[in-house]
Amino acid sequence: MSAAELYGLVLAGGRSTRMQRDKAGLPYGGKPQLARAMELVAPLVSRAFVSVRPDQLHDPQRTAYGLIADLQPDLGPLAGIQAAQRAHPQVAWLVLACDLPFLRAATLQHLIEQRATGRLATAYRSQFDGQPEPLCAIYEPASRDSLQRWIDQGQRCPRAWLASAEVALLDLPESRALDNINTADEYAAANAELAAAQPQRRLQVRYFALLREQAGRGSEALQTVASTPQELYAQLQRERGLKLAPQYLRVAVNDEFGEWQQPLHDGDTVAFLPPVAGG
Amino acid sequence: MSRFSLHDMALDPQRLLAALRQPDCGGYVTFEGTVRNHNHGRAVQRLEYEAFAPLAVREGERILAEACARFGLERAYCAHRVGSLEIGAIAVWVGVAAVHRGEAFDACRYIIDHVKHSVPIWKKEHYQDGDSGWVNCEHCAAAAEVPRAAHPHRHE
Repeated sequence: MSAAELYGLVLAGGRSTRMQRDKAGLPYGGKPQLARAMELVAPLVSRAFVSVRPDQLHDPQRTAYGLIADLQPDLGPLAGIQAAQRAHPQVAWLVLACDLPFLRAATLQHLIEQRATGRLATAYRSQFDGQPEPLCAIYEPASRDSLQRWIDQGQRCPRAWLASAEVALLDLPESRALDNINTADEYAAANAELAAAQPQRRLQVRYFALLREQAGRGSEALQTVASTPQELYAQLQRERGLKLAPQYLRVAVNDEFGEWQQPLHDGDTVAFLPPVAGG
Repeated sequence: MSRFSLHDMALDPQRLLAALRQPDCGGYVTFEGTVRNHNHGRAVQRLEYEAFAPLAVREGERILAEACARFGLERAYCAHRVGSLEIGAIAVWVGVAAVHRGEAFDACRYIIDHVKHSVPIWKKEHYQDGDSGWVNCEHCAAAAEVPRAAHPHRHE
C-alpha cells in the first residue's frame, strides 16, 4: 500500500483565553506566528490549510490562506482534525498548533521521514511526561473512523486518543521544539529569546532634510534584526520618532536607489529620502 | 570633470558657459534657476539646500547621459548649489550644446525637469516671519495618511 498524500493543517481556531489576545496574530521577530507556521509547513506538504472556527472565516489575519472551518463547536483541536478529514478523507494530515515559536523545519522533516503509514498516526513523545504530543503529528486517513468514534463517545482529548490508539511515537530531535506559549509572560520571554538568537546586522543609516531634523542626527551606526529597508524604517519610526509615512519616501542602499523589500547585509549603508526639491 | 556637479560656493555662469562653447556646435541653451523672494504667498528670506552627494551626482549624470542620447547633444552640464542661498543667487545652472537650436531648447527643459524631480536634493525655505519649512515634505507626515492620489506633488 502506497503512502497517502500529505496535507498540512495549522490550527488557528483556538480561543486564546489565557493570552487574552488572538495567538495567531502574535508576532515573533516581526512576523505573526500563523504566518510563521504556514511558512514552515507549506514547503513540506502538497497543500496547506488553516483550521478556523466558522466565525473566523472572514478574519483578515486568516483569509490569505486556504481555510477549513470547524463543523462541530466546542471540540477543541479535534474539531479541526475532524473537519479536515471530512474535507479531504483520502489524505494524511500533518497537524500543527500555530503557537510553537521554537518549532523548526528539521523537527517537521524528521516527523515526515519517520512517518509510519501503517499506523493510525505518527507523533512525538512529550519530553515532560512521555505522553504523545497531538498538535505536531501526522494523522493517516485510516484514523478517521477511530477519531470519530472517540468524539461520539464524548471524548475531547486528542492526546488521550493517541495514547489509546495504534500509533508510532518518536523522540523529539530538539528538546524545546514543541514548547507552546499560553500567557503574556511566556510570550515576552520567548520573543526576547528568539530576538537574541536572530542574526543582527550592523548598518549605517543616513538622514536628510526633514528626516535629519526629526532624527536629530545626520547619520548613525546601529545593530538591528531588521532584514529589509521596510523593517528598518518601521523600527526607526518607533525609535527615532520619524514622522514621514514610508509611501512618500525612496530608499537608497550603498549610495544607489534601492527597494523597500531588498535584503540588507552586514555593513550596508541605508538612506531614506524625503520628497526631493532641487532646482 | 563630472557633468553634474554640486557647489558650496556661488556659481559663475561665465565660467560654466566657457566649458560648453566649442566650434562644433551652433546652438547653446542655458537655464539659470535663482532664489525667488516669495513662494505660495509667503515672503522668503533665504533658502538652504542639502544634497545626498554621491547619489545626487550619479543620478544627475544619468539624466545628462539620457538627455545627450535622446536629443543628440554634443555636451550637457548641470551645476547645483548646496548650502545657504540669498535672494537672487543662482541655485541651479543647466547648459546644453547641440548642432541645431531645436534639440538644445528641448534638452535643456528636459534636464531641469528631471533634475527637480529625481535628484536627491532638498530645500528648506526660511520665511521673513521667522518660520521655515522643507519644500514638498511638510504635508507628508505619517499621521496624516494622505492617499497618494490626493497628494499635491509628484514622486517616482
